[in-house]
Amino acid sequence: MAKAAAKTKAAGASASVERRPALAGRAVSAPGVKVEILPPAERISLRAPEASVPALSKALGVTLPATPKSSAAKGGRTALWLGPEEWLIIDETGNDPLADCAKISALHSAVGISHRNVAISVAGPAAAVTVNSGCPQDLSLEAFPVGAASRTILGKSEIVLLRTAADAFRVECWRSFSDYIFTLLSEAASDAAN
Amino acid sequence: MLLIRCPYCEEERPELEFRNAGEAHIARPTNIAAESDDDFEKFFFIRSNPKGVIYERWRHIHGCARFFNAVRDTVTDKFVMTYKAGEPKPAKLPGASK
Repeated sequence: MAKAAAKTKAAGASASVERRPALAGRAVSAPGVKVEILPPAERISLRAPEASVPALSKALGVTLPATPKSSAAKGGRTALWLGPEEWLIIDETGNDPLADCAKISALHSAVGISHRNVAISVAGPAAAVTVNSGCPQDLSLEAFPVGAASRTILGKSEIVLLRTAADAFRVECWRSFSDYIFTLLSEAASDAAN
Repeated sequence: MLLIRCPYCEEERPELEFRNAGEAHIARPTNIAAESDDDFEKFFFIRSNPKGVIYERWRHIHGCARFFNAVRDTVTDKFVMTYKAGEPKPAKLPGASK
């Protein structure tokens, strides 16, 4: 976290304002599961017709998935299928995917949403139970395998859920809902062990 | 909880992810300015509200966010089938032998 914060500060040195991620560094540990706020990442919301997908995949360095509820990851960059012709790109290495998209002329719409979202990691043997406390989807490994990604709801708020490992999830929520989501997951984490 | 099949996500999802969006297959008149008041009232306000099979628009708002059409029975609340937006009204419903 400290390293990420330092990097953010360095990157934002030219800007006049310092980036202050919501709930930075907060973490809750319970038996069987750990819920923690992940370091800031670069994100874009991408819409593009099928004809532009090869060019965009090349520019981003990651193949945009075409199957529902799937994702693709390469070199710290993850592309999540959200809907037909709609993706969420997350870059955890600090490279700006928006700049990569700007290089190509194929028709697309890329909107930077890095600061809009907050990512929460839910990891441990009870991770699925914890997320399921507020999310109605089937999170068994058969229905929601590693790499599966979906926009869904958690409690009363919309989230994007990505399974990063058999016992780990990445929950992406809007910044203004992050306090609610984090609190709900923390409470669920302490219940999950029982 | 109802499970609704989203034709875009190609699987059944919990109903909490969906929103109803009114009756389906209501075509907006091409020249709405020339509509008489009676015809406009019919197009704008009057819905079939049947007891039985209804064709509805639904939106997978907390999922792929797309609109699609669904055939639902208003008595049993069972979904007969769902199909993509823009596709014609199904001529024959699955399991409708009666």
